[in-house]
Amino acid sequence: MSQLLEQADRLLESAQGSEEIEIYVSRGVDTEIKAYKGEVENLSTASSSGVGIRVLRDGPGGARVGTAWAGSLDDESVRDALREARDNVQFASEDEYVGFARPDGVDPVSLALRDESVLNTPIDQKIAMAIELERRVRSGDARIRQVDSANYSDYDAEAAIVSTTGIRASYTRSGAYLSVEAIASDGKDDQTGWGLSVGRSLRELDSEKAAIDAISRATRMLGAVKPSSMRCTAVFDPRTAATLLSIIGGALSGDAVVRGRSFFANRIGEMVASPLFSLLDDPTDPRHFAASSHDGEGLACRKNVLVSDGELQAFVYDTRSARRAGTRSTGSALRGGIAGSPSAGCRALQLEAGREDQGSILKSVDFGVYVESLMGVHSGVNPISGDFSVGVTGLMIRDGQLAEPVREITVASTLQRMLLDISHVGNDVEWLPGSAAGQTLAIEEIAVSGS
Amino acid sequence: MSTPLVEAEILQSTLTEAMSRGGEFAEVFVEDRRTSSAMLDQRRVEQLSSGRDRGAGIRVVMGETTGFAHTADLSEKGLYAAATAAAAVAREGGGGVREVVLGTRRDYPSMARVEPSDVAKAKKIELLLQADDVARSEASSITQVQVALGDSTRRFVVANSEGVFASDHQVRTRFNVSCVATGDTGMQTGYRPIAGTRGFELLNPDAVEEAAHGAARQAITKLDARAAPSGDLPVVLASGSGGILFHEACGHGLEADAIMKEASVYAGKVGQQVASPLVTLVDDGTVGGEWGYLAVDDEGHQSSRNVLIENGVLTDYMWDYLRARKDGRVSANGRRQSYQHLPMVRMTNTYLLEGESDADEIVAQTPYGVYVAQLGGGQVNTATGDFVFGMTAAFLIEDGKITSPLRDCNLIGNGPEILKRVDAVGRDFSMIPGTCGKDGQQVPVGCGQATMRLSSITIGGAAA
Repeated sequence: MSQLLEQADRLLESAQGSEEIEIYVSRGVDTEIKAYKGEVENLSTASSSGVGIRVLRDGPGGARVGTAWAGSLDDESVRDALREARDNVQFASEDEYVGFARPDGVDPVSLALRDESVLNTPIDQKIAMAIELERRVRSGDARIRQVDSANYSDYDAEAAIVSTTGIRASYTRSGAYLSVEAIASDGKDDQTGWGLSVGRSLRELDSEKAAIDAISRATRMLGAVKPSSMRCTAVFDPRTAATLLSIIGGALSGDAVVRGRSFFANRIGEMVASPLFSLLDDPTDPRHFAASSHDGEGLACRKNVLVSDGELQAFVYDTRSARRAGTRSTGSALRGGIAGSPSAGCRALQLEAGREDQGSILKSVDFGVYVESLMGVHSGVNPISGDFSVGVTGLMIRDGQLAEPVREITVASTLQRMLLDISHVGNDVEWLPGSAAGQTLAIEEIAVSGS
Repeated sequence: MSTPLVEAEILQSTLTEAMSRGGEFAEVFVEDRRTSSAMLDQRRVEQLSSGRDRGAGIRVVMGETTGFAHTADLSEKGLYAAATAAAAVAREGGGGVREVVLGTRRDYPSMARVEPSDVAKAKKIELLLQADDVARSEASSITQVQVALGDSTRRFVVANSEGVFASDHQVRTRFNVSCVATGDTGMQTGYRPIAGTRGFELLNPDAVEEAAHGAARQAITKLDARAAPSGDLPVVLASGSGGILFHEACGHGLEADAIMKEASVYAGKVGQQVASPLVTLVDDGTVGGEWGYLAVDDEGHQSSRNVLIENGVLTDYMWDYLRARKDGRVSANGRRQSYQHLPMVRMTNTYLLEGESDADEIVAQTPYGVYVAQLGGGQVNTATGDFVFGMTAAFLIEDGKITSPLRDCNLIGNGPEILKRVDAVGRDFSMIPGTCGKDGQQVPVGCGQATMRLSSITIGGAAA
């Protein structure tokens, strides 16, 4: 049994009287290496641990919950946190919906999400990977003027959640990443491109692919112009499509729905998207980097079908939002580390693959914009109203072919419209870090703002 | 004074340990941060939370290489282990052991009059409820109100192998009101923050009422909003949040790390005209009480007021210690999110100095354009200079008058081009708080300017 789980169990014994306690403990080891001009620029190694405690007391009008956390697991810090959580309870409002998760009979899937190699590989080998990545990008194309950062990073983490309501879960995971930003120049202008490769172990990392990605994204933007404003088809590449899906996922959170902050509220059964659009949240699929056996309240993660052939099927719920909506948790509590309170959200979105590859989708577009990177997602997308406007770089599409590069433009619509205006879904699924996988996606009638 | 986080002798011996493998520079940063937060949603007090994070980050520099390690174990043993891990990068150094001697610590006291921990939780909750009452009383179309209150007390001590030895005590308080209004056209949002490097004295019933009123009005007004225009137009930015323009259009590009890697369009341009003569831009950590205020930066150097652009001419960049040292400069902009992060060059309070125009006149002299009452953030690619910033409250200007409300969208431009298009600056200066993200680290910053106009910028709206 894991030491972490034992420690969490011991803490649970301190529950007093009729109070309920939930303990979340985590521990992790991280490495981060940044290479620059063939040398290590930064090498950072660290281990960290912490605890998040929630205390719940029942009252006539519902339960009250108080929370506290500490960024270490020593006795004094944990004792202080427990005392603070108890103090906070007194000031919270009674809430008829709040409660801790209880075992619901759903067994967690068994997932192999941790690879020992992350901990066991000597640091020199990791350093070599970062330096090699930088070398590949610098030497890969004469137009690459600079490599701003070439990074290797990894983590090995463990967490446990236990509660007096019968929850007892623990899980481990590891991850390794390569990422690089290249700056290309044609003597007049600079353009940038990102490449990345992710895996649960070092073996899964593909330095060549990351380098080629960064180089081609940077170099093919050279000579980019700002076009005039227009209305046309936008084809999102898998990476930018994944960002779109994450935003849509936010509005499918049962928490946003019950709080009156989602444009999907009260629309179950309606056609909210094109019939080509079938969206699942499935953390039990090990191909997804965010795969997980348990959610942030210790319930088993499960596959949830959210949109099927364009029809809105369901939302994802944690315990509280489910109770408020009169349903059961879908095992979808997210927790932002030790300091976060659980809240419902999508963890591993995937859009059912279409039949076409990217080439044939592009062929069907006479005139449009191929979107390769987004800027200002947090400042230009309002997930409550649905207003959508983001900065874009990419390429024009002319007569079914990728054409000249374009920059300093925005694409705009509303999220509601965009879902209905999807005309093609690619079969080129890319498993990316973050809460969504992505594939090529064509959306009609987008307003492109330029000069 | 409160007890030190770690005794001076231990810091000294930790630094000596960190230098023992031949490093050229070592630093230990010890931090103890307490935070508390509460959220009110639909009149329920939820997520009442307190937390504490304590630990040390140690870095060792050898040539162009920095080794870094952090630990939550502040015992001598824990600090030594982190020092050894950070020193691993210096294995080729031949410097041998060097004894580090620390002088007297410079202490910077907190400017807070009322420590957040001295305020009864019940009193904080009263303010949350007050905001909710005010917002809901605006109109029945207000269907959702969320109010959040957070405060943090951050004590740190930083010491380095060159004798810098300083401690700081920073208290920050923030209060946000978010409203949703619902009408025939769907939902719209309104948002107002109050935030400062101050204690609980920042908040009072008048300030809370104003924020709640403002957030509610903004959401209600936007129910009648039409899609924003698409394409180039003159834009008037209201006093305060318009400062985000400069944060993105040139602030990040003037950070010395981007400059030294030639990953900024402003590299090599000191002494050149990079902006309209109306632009004098300052980064100033010394503005007392503002969200980006610092007595001392996270590397132990006293904060200062630095003129970056004067009458349109680029005068200087912003520096952290490592970059400043190479260039024989003084640094004041080395900041880190926490002890778990390496410091890097960051902005503090970045603002445009006032001009001579009258704010109302600037609008009156704009026949057709967009008036942006509030901006909500932005992003920049420093290497290309392209940047966006998002408007969260905006109106059309027609015949010199502010008319129809517009829906949210981003504006997009290229920094060096847009800075030249500032053609009027007013006298009604104000500042706003913001959170700046860079390489995964978040730090509090301030932005500010008086009402100003851009002769033209691309509005990324969805209107036909």
